[in-house]
Amino acid sequence: MAAYAKFIAVWAALLVLTVITWQVSYIDLGMMNVVVALIIASVKASLVALIFMHLKYENALVWAFAVFPLFFLTLIIMGTLSDTLFR
Amino acid sequence: MENRKGKAEAFADPMVSYESAKLGIWVFLMTEVLLFGGLFMTYTVFRIKYPELFHQDHLKLNRTFGMVNTLVLITSSLSVAVGIAGIRRGRQALLKVCLVVTMLLGATFLTIKYFEWSDDFARGLYPRTDVFFSLYFVMVGLHGIHVFAGICVMAVMLVMAQRGAFNKAYSTPVEITGVYWHFVDLVWIYLFPMFYLIG
Repeated sequence: MAAYAKFIAVWAALLVLTVITWQVSYIDLGMMNVVVALIIASVKASLVALIFMHLKYENALVWAFAVFPLFFLTLIIMGTLSDTLFR
Repeated sequence: MENRKGKAEAFADPMVSYESAKLGIWVFLMTEVLLFGGLFMTYTVFRIKYPELFHQDHLKLNRTFGMVNTLVLITSSLSVAVGIAGIRRGRQALLKVCLVVTMLLGATFLTIKYFEWSDDFARGLYPRTDVFFSLYFVMVGLHGIHVFAGICVMAVMLVMAQRGAFNKAYSTPVEITGVYWHFVDLVWIYLFPMFYLIG
């Protein structure tokens, strides 16, 4: 039963975080709204990847395959911004 | 080693076969990250260039619909996770129930999207309206296609489960379908704040 309980706990955490980020968006925090929303989204995404996608229990090779595209994603966004921001 | 149709397996060891299938889905997800990644990059560039436009336009979307759809997808992910945990313990009936629940929640997500988009069109908001709505329709639409594809694959899994293809020792297709479904959920977890909350 332990596995089911763990998934239900993660699900409950995701629900709570979704409601929090939804409610926080109605409060005007200026630029902090973006920061808070993206931090909450990243916490949720990490929970989904680590627990639901079993990444927490995978070997180094699967981790490498999971992290590799994130490196390229960062490269694409940062590389493009280094151009468009300073034109 | 023979699989259920009697064809020779490409791998002698079922464990090697399972690990290969898993790596395969992660390679596919790499291409998916970069497919959505190009769009995320475009979003970032225009979000920085036109902050005022993004702010005005994101107020035109219904935050509550977006939030409810997030809850629907998260719950569908739970259903997949429980189904896989079930079949690892040999519970075929639980897997089938979970697959059906997942498909229904996926369909609920797309139905809510259908009403949202109908409402957007009724208010004269189209992909050609401006860059915010171009990105909104393309990114949310591409994600919607992924949800639809996921539902189709889940249907195949359900037929296979119905035929008794999965058991305690063999559930690879369900497992990798699950990884894909969770990824689609993960993409939405970012799309929701990007379009509905912080525009």
